[in-house]
Amino acid sequence: MAQIVIDRIRKEFGDFTAVRESSFTIEDGEFFMLLGPSGCGKTTTLRMIAGLELPTSGQIFLDGEDISQKPPSQRDIAFVFQMFALYPHMNVRKNLSYPLISQGMPRAQVRAKISEVAEILGIKDILNRPVGGLSGGDRQRVALGRAIVREPKAFMMDEPLGALDAEFREHMAEELRALHDRMNATTVYVTHDQLEAMQMGDKIVVMNNAVVEQFGTPQEIYDKPATMFVADFIGSPSMNFLRFDGVIEDGARWVSLDGVTLNVPRQLQGAAGTLVFGVRPEHVALTDTGRYRGKILASEYLGTTQIVTLATANGEIKARIDSAQTAAIGETVGLEFDARKITLFDEASGTAIRSTLNSEVLAHG
Amino acid sequence: MSSFSVTDPSPRSKWFAGTLVILYALITMVPLAWIMLTGFKSPSDAISYPPKVVFEPTLEGYVNLFTTRTRQTDEYLQANPPKTWYEEIVREYDMVIAGPSKFGERFLNSVIIGFGSTFLSIVLGTLAAYAFSRFKIPLADDLLFFILSTRMMPPIAVAIPIFLMYRQLGLSDTHLGMILLYTAVNISLAVWLLKGFIDEIPREYEEAALIDGYTRFQAFYKVVLPQAATGIASTAIFCLIFAWNEYAFAVLLTSGTAQTAPPFIPTIIGVGGLDWPAVAAGATIFLLPVMIFTILLRKHLLRGITFGAVRK
Repeated sequence: MAQIVIDRIRKEFGDFTAVRESSFTIEDGEFFMLLGPSGCGKTTTLRMIAGLELPTSGQIFLDGEDISQKPPSQRDIAFVFQMFALYPHMNVRKNLSYPLISQGMPRAQVRAKISEVAEILGIKDILNRPVGGLSGGDRQRVALGRAIVREPKAFMMDEPLGALDAEFREHMAEELRALHDRMNATTVYVTHDQLEAMQMGDKIVVMNNAVVEQFGTPQEIYDKPATMFVADFIGSPSMNFLRFDGVIEDGARWVSLDGVTLNVPRQLQGAAGTLVFGVRPEHVALTDTGRYRGKILASEYLGTTQIVTLATANGEIKARIDSAQTAAIGETVGLEFDARKITLFDEASGTAIRSTLNSEVLAHG
Repeated sequence: MSSFSVTDPSPRSKWFAGTLVILYALITMVPLAWIMLTGFKSPSDAISYPPKVVFEPTLEGYVNLFTTRTRQTDEYLQANPPKTWYEEIVREYDMVIAGPSKFGERFLNSVIIGFGSTFLSIVLGTLAAYAFSRFKIPLADDLLFFILSTRMMPPIAVAIPIFLMYRQLGLSDTHLGMILLYTAVNISLAVWLLKGFIDEIPREYEEAALIDGYTRFQAFYKVVLPQAATGIASTAIFCLIFAWNEYAFAVLLTSGTAQTAPPFIPTIIGVGGLDWPAVAAGATIFLLPVMIFTILLRKHLLRGITFGAVRK
């Protein structure tokens, strides 16, 4: 098991830059998520760690050893492909034994190892079946089995649940997480699904346009987004952005929107120009007393909660409120925000302004 | 609810399609049947008009194909009664068997040159197609076009330069020369066909093999090749059929040691002109290897090996 350090890694395909100077560290035993929209460079990063692509510059350290230019066969890293990539001309048992045979493991030992893995994954009864006729979930299990059977230093997973039905994904996600907790192996997992990342990951790297936007625990990323992109990408519905022109002084504890004073965490940095008041929908409350006003445009009923869309002087805003609370369309109501959870952004750079809320996160991000 | 879905053909159109296929098969089989039947006819039956459909079958054609015969005096014939059934057939024309004909050798030449060039085309074609499919090759498109352009004229158009070249190089009438020639003609077809097949094999299989600890070549050999079996089989059939049936170059460049069966068969002379039953017998036997080869590889021609292993 191993620690992986990514140091200013960069990948170019001709004129196209897929990954731009990215650095982060994956600790031993972590379930590490690479999250981002398609084309952001997350899969390329994963493939570079596995050795399927070689970085244009930068280094990758596996337990302190620079592996960035080594062929994949010499890295001892397993890879689970999105499309499973089970060898179609072999049955399940052969697929599982393939990585062991390449190591020259004796037959008896291979057999023992396979039955052990088949036991863990619950695929004992399909060992002699061809892979062609298997269901999506079984194929997924065989693909996982092929990865864990050789006990590699780390696992790379490229959207392994992407090809499964929605219903089954949930189940497989739990199985995967349980498997990881049992084996305690360093796992790097690529996904574009922020829910999956939040649900399964110990740490998340959010990538966009070939750069790392933020790197931290799911809580940090959700509560203390470093950029507007992260704030927008994580959460459903995503963070509300209320734009306003103004000046923030270092040490400010409030901002003024539409003539209304709103409290914010103490700012540690001055800013001016077009600024953005970022607030999560669950930190917005509808009250009669609130001085900041909004007109209700729509309401989506979600069972225990409802999402109310309102028009304000600074743009549209969504609030997640108790479904028992009445929200009549067309009505103008007061809005209150949870002052401790507000993040201010600089619109031009798209980055968060440092405050007591996020200063720690921004320091290492 | 009806028993067939809207996308399935109706029973009537199935019946129509079936009739059409059988009719087409019958029409294409006529020359084949004619050749096969002629092989069992006597020379006079073979050239009778209208052609005889009902006749007394004889193995005369086959005996004449495999043997050379001489006419002998009556004394000799009476002193040496025929010992075998095939000698008896020959005796009807007051002849005795002098020895085996060259058909066996020529047929063997065809086998060596046909299968040899097919093997070489497939090996080179698969490697080239894999490289074109997987690696970034400078000017790959131009190279592929260049490879295809060798097919843009009939091969026989370059017969004279090749004839002169082969004479200089000492490749005329050699097995190697014919194998190289047929490989050169077939390789463009092989590269193009196989590239299409290899393009369809997802790269993930090789990547999985690389991850599983295999080298690039092992991944190619153990994972890509079995996947490409279908393509290799059909390409091999096309290559073999061309090399097997090629006539013009064989006439031009071979005369003895490396002569293949096609230029040899029409030269079988019998009593009073061409021995049509023997020619037909030769053609029948000549058909067999390609037929057997195709039937053996038929399993691989049916796609579906990779179906379901990768979800698209």
